[in-house]
Amino acid sequence: MAKLSLRGAVQAVWTLISNSYVAGFIQGKIYKGALKQICVPGLNCYSCPGALGSCPIGALQAVVGSWEYKISLYVAGFLMLIGAAVGRFVCGWLCPFGWIQDLLYKIPFIRKIKSFNLDRPLRFLKYIILLVFVILMPLLIIDIIGQGMPYFCKLICPSGTLMGGWPLLLTNEALRDTIGWLFIWKNVILVILVFLSIIIYRPFCKYICPLGAIYSVFNPVSFYRLKVDKKTCIKCGLCSEVCEMNIKPYETPNHPECIRCGVCKKACPHKAMRFGFFQNG
Amino acid sequence: MKGRLWITFAVAFFSVCLMVMGVIRGEVGIVFKKAINVCLECIGIG
Repeated sequence: MAKLSLRGAVQAVWTLISNSYVAGFIQGKIYKGALKQICVPGLNCYSCPGALGSCPIGALQAVVGSWEYKISLYVAGFLMLIGAAVGRFVCGWLCPFGWIQDLLYKIPFIRKIKSFNLDRPLRFLKYIILLVFVILMPLLIIDIIGQGMPYFCKLICPSGTLMGGWPLLLTNEALRDTIGWLFIWKNVILVILVFLSIIIYRPFCKYICPLGAIYSVFNPVSFYRLKVDKKTCIKCGLCSEVCEMNIKPYETPNHPECIRCGVCKKACPHKAMRFGFFQNG
Repeated sequence: MKGRLWITFAVAFFSVCLMVMGVIRGEVGIVFKKAINVCLECIGIG
């Protein structure tokens, strides 16, 4: 029987807590209470029937695309605060869609792909997606009253399809009649991503996620960080061998791609790695 | 190390200021309005 890790337990509990509006799943409706004013740190569609909070990427596009504001101080401040505090710890521990990908990667497959030629250049794709689909398109492609659409949600986000679209369609008959090409397109993306997640570790986080792109900028300076004891570390490279995000923790412990999963720390035979707040590293 | 820590504190302080300004100018209302109505685009229907 598979051993339950602390990280897996935290991911599961956080996903359940942040999506605990059970009535929504039963009635095919979404939560409309005051908590929806607050963003959650991970990618958690606010149209998921159980969602208690707002997805920060959806919220960012909503404000950027609104005719009144165009710049979101509230969401930008929230993302910067979380980024400065813990960086991509959110991706590794608190993101429901990250957890789903972790679970998918546990499914056995003939050959898992750890790295490939385009792996490095594709890592930059998430920054382009952030700039184009989350900021520029909602800001510049506007309707007659000056409102833009959440283009990332609309055209790309598989989390919305999985956590919002399917639960709502299964429980709300009225919505089923409105299915069109867009739902088909988004399901194509979802199916491809599910398949890729079985053979590649967290492809969405590595190449597509705009939220991960934002938090990655803060990883090198966040309060919560990884410290490698230079005296104890013998640079054996075991940490980089086990790292599913393909980084070298002993060289760049606070690399933008590190999701703070802690696998490197567990693997280190010399106990040279330590996670914590306010430490040098 | 101290320099980096100060930068992070400055970023954290600045981000709290941004959030407060955002709340004061009413952005939360936009987020709330979007979040309590089924976002048809988000779920792939709209």
